[in-house]
Amino acid sequence: MQIQLDLLVSALVAGILLGGFYAAVTVGVSISFGILDIVNIAHPAFIILGSYIAYIVNQRLGIDPIVVSIVVLPAFYALGALIYQVYHLSFEKRGQDALRGLAFFFGILFITEVGLILVFGVDYRYVEAAYIGPTLRFGIVNLPLRLLVPCVVSLALFAGLQLFLTKTFIGRAIMAVAQDQLALQLMGADPVRIKRIAFAISIATCSIAGACLIIIQPIEPSVGREYIGRIFAICVLGGLGSLPGALIAAMLLGIIESLTSTFYGPSWAPAVAFGLLLLTLALRPAGLLGR
Amino acid sequence: MAPALLEIAGLSKRFGGFVALDGIDLNVRPGERLGLIGPNGSGKSTLVNCICGTLHNETGSVIFDGKPINGLLAHQRTRLGLARSFQLPRPFMGLSIADNLRVPLIYTVHAREGKRFTRAEMEDHCGEFLRLVGLADKAKKFPRDLSMVEMRKLELARAMAAEPKLLIADEAMAGLSHSEVDDILALLARLSERGITIILIEHIMRAVMAFSQRVVVLVSGKKIADGLPQDVMRDPEVERAYLGQ
Amino acid sequence: MRSSVFFLIAVLVGAAVFFGARFVHNEYIFFAGFVILQFIVLATAWNILGGYTGYVNFGTAAFFAMGAYSTVFVHKLYPLPVPVLILIGGIVSGIVGFGMGYLTLRLRGAFFSIATLALAVVLQTLVVNWTFVGGSRGAYIIRPNTIPLIGNYIEYLFLIMLVLAIIAITTARIIERSQLGYGFATIRDDEVAAEASGVPTLRLKLIATTISGALMGMAGAPFPYYIGYVDPASTFGLAYAVNSIAMPMIGGTTSWIGPLIGAILLGTIQQVATVTISSAANLLIVGLLLVAFVIIAPKGIIGLVQGFRRSRSG
Repeated sequence: MQIQLDLLVSALVAGILLGGFYAAVTVGVSISFGILDIVNIAHPAFIILGSYIAYIVNQRLGIDPIVVSIVVLPAFYALGALIYQVYHLSFEKRGQDALRGLAFFFGILFITEVGLILVFGVDYRYVEAAYIGPTLRFGIVNLPLRLLVPCVVSLALFAGLQLFLTKTFIGRAIMAVAQDQLALQLMGADPVRIKRIAFAISIATCSIAGACLIIIQPIEPSVGREYIGRIFAICVLGGLGSLPGALIAAMLLGIIESLTSTFYGPSWAPAVAFGLLLLTLALRPAGLLGR
Repeated sequence: MAPALLEIAGLSKRFGGFVALDGIDLNVRPGERLGLIGPNGSGKSTLVNCICGTLHNETGSVIFDGKPINGLLAHQRTRLGLARSFQLPRPFMGLSIADNLRVPLIYTVHAREGKRFTRAEMEDHCGEFLRLVGLADKAKKFPRDLSMVEMRKLELARAMAAEPKLLIADEAMAGLSHSEVDDILALLARLSERGITIILIEHIMRAVMAFSQRVVVLVSGKKIADGLPQDVMRDPEVERAYLGQ
Repeated sequence: MRSSVFFLIAVLVGAAVFFGARFVHNEYIFFAGFVILQFIVLATAWNILGGYTGYVNFGTAAFFAMGAYSTVFVHKLYPLPVPVLILIGGIVSGIVGFGMGYLTLRLRGAFFSIATLALAVVLQTLVVNWTFVGGSRGAYIIRPNTIPLIGNYIEYLFLIMLVLAIIAITTARIIERSQLGYGFATIRDDEVAAEASGVPTLRLKLIATTISGALMGMAGAPFPYYIGYVDPASTFGLAYAVNSIAMPMIGGTTSWIGPLIGAILLGTIQQVATVTISSAANLLIVGLLLVAFVIIAPKGIIGLVQGFRRSRSG
């Protein structure tokens, strides 16, 4: 019985830490899909891109991956702004049906994945950092630093964004642009510019999320697609556009996945998110904090 | 007194914390011409959406033609005889004008009566509705080739093609010229003569006065007046809330 | 022209292709041809849902793989003739398509699309954990060398896929010209207005999803015999998803001709690229073409031709 309890506790703890990370993975989509109504299914591809960049710099120069991700942040921001500009001119302005926008992002997802395969191959890659090995122990509670550090970074990112969106002018303009573009224009703000900033921010989060990812697990190009299911499940479960909802849903997913992994084996983990999603859609489509 | 065609009791609708409609009661008799007015944002379109099933009301009941329709999907309500035109025209851009009218014929009239028109009969029916709205010569064109007025006429024609018992015209005259408004009024009058019950939602007062047998006023989600046009216009509360603007 | 006449013409063309290929007597034509025909079926199937109703399915691989793995499953129990396997594959994929549609089609289109992507990942996980069909190590399927009447087994598979392609195209064309086709078009143009006009949108979307999924499953069923070795990584790969989207979007989504053109064009380019450059590079080309067309020529090749004709006559 003692062994089971130990296992249970470490699974729970790992789940919570993982959940914090999942929140960082999803927060970008909460902005691009929940607030801007842009279905950026290529989001995981940018995360994986962030992971590979962290890997390369870490491998060549030995710099800590999280530091790398912060340094590279402006580049991701610029990339996000560029992509939004293309998206806006090609689709939003023309009022094209959603099909083309989706195909566009899918194409980006695909090109990124194949590009990474061509450059890096399909072998698993991992980073070296001081905190990947050790584990803090408090009684029966184990806190692997490999999970703890990304979780802390993720939660910091999350909290930072929440503050930004609620307390700064641009942040509140972003929240407003989802609801009333006309009013925004009347206030003198340019909706397109606001949306571009928001989308660029959502891509910038991928830099940090990517670094966290490669600390938690080794990566290869197709790992991104596993995260689509998770991101989607969290968005549906937590309700779109609600950052606090996303956090709760992310934690829940992390815990359930961790428990499944521990007691049924890790190869089932990707299916958990989807199972959760199907359950939610069947029983409570408006999400936990449903509108 | 004939039983009401449309009976709405205690209908409420919220969006999050915002109460769009608050306990609306409304009866519409068969063949009646009802005008529905109110300031922007008062909930008129929301009411239409709830009646027609595009939105779900949280509380209240809607009974149409003696049948409770709460929970029915929009297309089922259309098949029962409830049709509406949209405030901003929503034509099927990829279909020709004639094909736009074919859709309600196939999916509402056919489905309702279980009969199938032959190709020729369908052409006739479409042609008839197009003639009624003055778009007969544009049958083979596409919605993008139409002017705003013509799009509104198409919107009405499409609602009419569903052969409804009750037609709700949602601000079909907005932004039209004097004579264009008269065109639409004449059209609606002709429909009324055929026995179709009509709810006219409008801001253009002279149209409402000329057309309606009865007027209902909606302000901030509540019904504040319901009676003969001249009485409603003189009501001080209505003046204050709406007409004074 | 009437559908029966079209079907007859398609059969004649198919027969000409088949006997023409036999005449040339080069095995490679049958190998490459099978792949292109498979793409014709997948692209056409995708377009019935994506092009006609506007609901994008990113999980083509899932439906295709379900057909393939049904075959693997049945083959290990008791080998059945390929046409029966195709039926089984079609039924399995059709049911899954229906089920997933039922859960997600009442939400916005984007949710449906993302769900299809997630479905592929989940099914891959299921198969990886299912040792009976080989798990992550894959399964070997030995195909017979010859079959009575046709002779060479590969030629037989080619013929089967040819028949499937004819069925897929004819089905698409019948739908396009039927009242169902009108309903689909209204869903694509404006779903809310369609509902208001009496169109039972959920029912129609489910029909489209089921037919589309079933056809994809049917395309997948002969695959194990063609390739000899089936493993989750390649069967569930993104290649199927991107191709089944790129081909109709590049060819044109409004008619059955689009996927056909796209499949033949893109399929041939890829066969050439795989042989001359590499298979990963050829996928990159497809991805880039997709993005390029979506931005520059959203109506595809059909649209370009129509625009060209209009500017010549107008």
